[in-house]
Amino acid sequence: SVSAAHLLRLHQRFQLLDKDSSGSLRSEDLEAALSENPIGVRIVGAFFQLGQEMVDFPSFVRILAHFRPTEKNRTGDGVQPDPGTQMKCPSSVAFQLYDRDRDGKISRTELLQVLREMLGLQVTEEQLQSIAERAIQEANLDRDDTICFDEFRKSLEKVNINHKLSVRFLE
Amino acid sequence: MKMLLLGLLLLLLPAGAELSGSAAPLRGPAHASPSTPPRLLLPQPALERGAPGVASARSAEPAGGAGGGGGPGEPAAAEHPHHGGGYRVVQWEWSYVQTPYVIAIWLLVASVAKILFHLSQRFTTVVPESCMLILLGLVLGGVVLIASKKQLYQLDPALFFLFLLPTIVGDAGYFMPARLFFDNLGAILTYAVVGTLWNAFCTGFCLYAAKLLGVIEERVQADLMDFLLFGALISAVDPVAVLAVFEEVHVNEMLFIIVFGESLLNDAVTVVLYKVYISFVEVGPQNVQMADYFKGVASFLIVSVGGTLVGLVFAVILGFITRFTKKVRIIEPLFVFLLVYLAYLTAELFSLSAILSMTFCGIGANKYVEANISQKSRTTVKYTMKTLASIAETIIFIFLGISAVDKSKWAWDTGLVSCTLVFILLFRAVGVVGQTWVLNRFRLVPLDKIDQVVMSYGGLRGAVAFALVVLLDAEQVKAKDYFVATTIVVVFFTVMFQGLTIKPLVKWLKVPRSTNRKPTINEEIHERAFDHILTAVEDIAGLQGYHHWRDKWEQFDKNYLSKLLLRKSVYRKSELWEAYQKINIRDAISVIDQGGNVLTSARLSLPSMASRASFPEVTNVTNYLRENGSGVCLDLQVIDNVPGSKVEEDMETHHVLAGNLYKPRRRYQSHYSRHFMPLGEQERQDREVFQRNMRSRMETFKSTRHKRHKKERSLKKHRGSDTKDEGGDKPRRNVSWQDKASQQLV
Repeated sequence: SVSAAHLLRLHQRFQLLDKDSSGSLRSEDLEAALSENPIGVRIVGAFFQLGQEMVDFPSFVRILAHFRPTEKNRTGDGVQPDPGTQMKCPSSVAFQLYDRDRDGKISRTELLQVLREMLGLQVTEEQLQSIAERAIQEANLDRDDTICFDEFRKSLEKVNINHKLSVRFLE
Repeated sequence: MKMLLLGLLLLLLPAGAELSGSAAPLRGPAHASPSTPPRLLLPQPALERGAPGVASARSAEPAGGAGGGGGPGEPAAAEHPHHGGGYRVVQWEWSYVQTPYVIAIWLLVASVAKILFHLSQRFTTVVPESCMLILLGLVLGGVVLIASKKQLYQLDPALFFLFLLPTIVGDAGYFMPARLFFDNLGAILTYAVVGTLWNAFCTGFCLYAAKLLGVIEERVQADLMDFLLFGALISAVDPVAVLAVFEEVHVNEMLFIIVFGESLLNDAVTVVLYKVYISFVEVGPQNVQMADYFKGVASFLIVSVGGTLVGLVFAVILGFITRFTKKVRIIEPLFVFLLVYLAYLTAELFSLSAILSMTFCGIGANKYVEANISQKSRTTVKYTMKTLASIAETIIFIFLGISAVDKSKWAWDTGLVSCTLVFILLFRAVGVVGQTWVLNRFRLVPLDKIDQVVMSYGGLRGAVAFALVVLLDAEQVKAKDYFVATTIVVVFFTVMFQGLTIKPLVKWLKVPRSTNRKPTINEEIHERAFDHILTAVEDIAGLQGYHHWRDKWEQFDKNYLSKLLLRKSVYRKSELWEAYQKINIRDAISVIDQGGNVLTSARLSLPSMASRASFPEVTNVTNYLRENGSGVCLDLQVIDNVPGSKVEEDMETHHVLAGNLYKPRRRYQSHYSRHFMPLGEQERQDREVFQRNMRSRMETFKSTRHKRHKKERSLKKHRGSDTKDEGGDKPRRNVSWQDKASQQLV
């Protein structure tokens, strides 16, 4: 479902990123490409499964394919993760961004970490805490002080995630 | 209102220089120079409305019902000759006050008309306001015609282009949601440029063909150039009409921004085509050379890019100036108005696209100005702009109605009218479909059939076309009167018929409507995260896509532009924190709203919102002004929302003063509402709530007020900031919160 020309380009890119020409990318390679991104490390981490250290080319393409605009762009985020093709829906990728330890919930500390990375020196610690506190209170429906995936999705139900998380490049 | 009167006074000053007692100062210039100021004058000697400067000379003409205003029965103002001798205790100073009086009366009529329309709720939901205003104009025009046998008032193009249009465009441009606009910029530009050109040429050529075929009669003396000219001016989608109609329909933001953005950006195309064809017509079609065509294309680039640049320059100036207005807060709104208006006039001065200039000035300056100026100034700017724009729109439509009644100005040709109507509808639809097909290959969010239907149907023509056609020189364009009549019919048709039917159409097609989103902190956080993710994805894949450039722009903005244009104290604040603050303030307001006592909730230490009891109030909101652009809702008018079920639950749990006080209020959508200012409402109600409390608990209130201030101070200390005045320059100060809080209770 990806055209040959695109694959070629991606392959070239892959090779460019693969500094030691080992045929697979480590997280450091990817992070190097994202040096300016405040949450670059996290994003890279979100792509790797737990325990996985390297990413080979097919996985590379598959990861990027998560962000292909889907046909069901009109509807909301109703696309369930399809276990067959290992394609996750974009919101689960986003969720994994926050949930680094993959326990299925975003705890306050995890949220704080993300906020700190994103906001850096612009806000004080207390302000960060307030924001995190508020975010959890807003999204938290089952009163357990963390945000699980469903709550995450619900808090973003008005935002069309499929629209937001699409990059047009793999036709 | 201020702007109008100010301009008027400035222009009248030289005219009124020789006033002495009760002499008629305006009659001097009236006799001296019957016409000719700037280029935009009508050749007809008809009596114009008392428009500033330009028409004031003529309006001073001592004709009868000139002072009629809206009143049908006003007697002709008698000239007051100067009787020599004798002291007159009371004198009729009509010609002295005539012009401002007439203007004021018209504005009053327009405003009262609006009140009357809204008396009937059911009526207003079916019939758009613009329709009713046009009808009113028709009635008034008829009345004036009967009363004085000739048409006294008309939509004067000078008045329109210099005063009425900038008000509306300025308001629209300043409050344009920038993020949404730029996200869809490709589509907007395509429709604006390619679409308008397509419409103009096709309409022009087909009308000419119709003429050749004899469908249009011979008496319409127009050849190809004339028809092309006419096609150019009739094919542009009009921002005033789009705003007026879509305001009531509430389609989803993306659709609205595409249609509205198109109506703004096609100004450059219209201006260029119009000027080019006028010059071709003047020169005569035989003498047109190839070089002229190239000049036309070059002129288009210059007009559009030049206009944009002028706008951006003024935006930078405005941002820069507002950086230093801390000590002169009271005139901050004035800077905003002046510079935005100057952007328009300067572009007009160089005959560049004025609408583009003003739009981009507004878009560019908005972010910095809103951050720099005080809360009250923000409110003032918003309120004043909306008021002026609303009034301008009303006047435009009323005068469209009035101008239609004047039969001396137009001539009817059935063939021309019907052909034009058919062609513009047809070509608009075809154009939209074609362009959408191409665009969908490049867009992330495709525009489906329903969108296309709404877009073609929403291609409304309005007052701009009318003003342009009235500006035509009857000597050069012999068929002008026919064109005028056709334009009137087209404008009426689009505004009234399409305006009336678009709402049912939208409902029938189940077009996704705009959502009422109360801003949540989660959305803010996650949207920012998403932006980073997308940029990262693009970086990884080695693409330099939209997000890449957006990110680059944000970096540039953060490192250079904001440093230049933002006040130091503002610069350090983070947008996310600002958004968080706004949400918090909104909750604080809603606490009071619900009849809660701020004292008890203040103990909650607002930022953390620890108490569960107050949490339900989050859902019942009156919207605070949400200035941050992302995901903004573009509703232009008050939506009456039935509170959702969650709110009903909260109402039950929320006993006490619920019976006494204001029920959960309907939600107002903030940005484009011409009819409502949520913040003002809120303040008033809070004040009333307070007054009630005070009346019943005067003593305790006084003592608790002290406590509250103490509480406030301790809260401030807790946050590490100190002084009370809003001008403090300490970094990380939450000026807006304090400002708002002190407004609340004092």
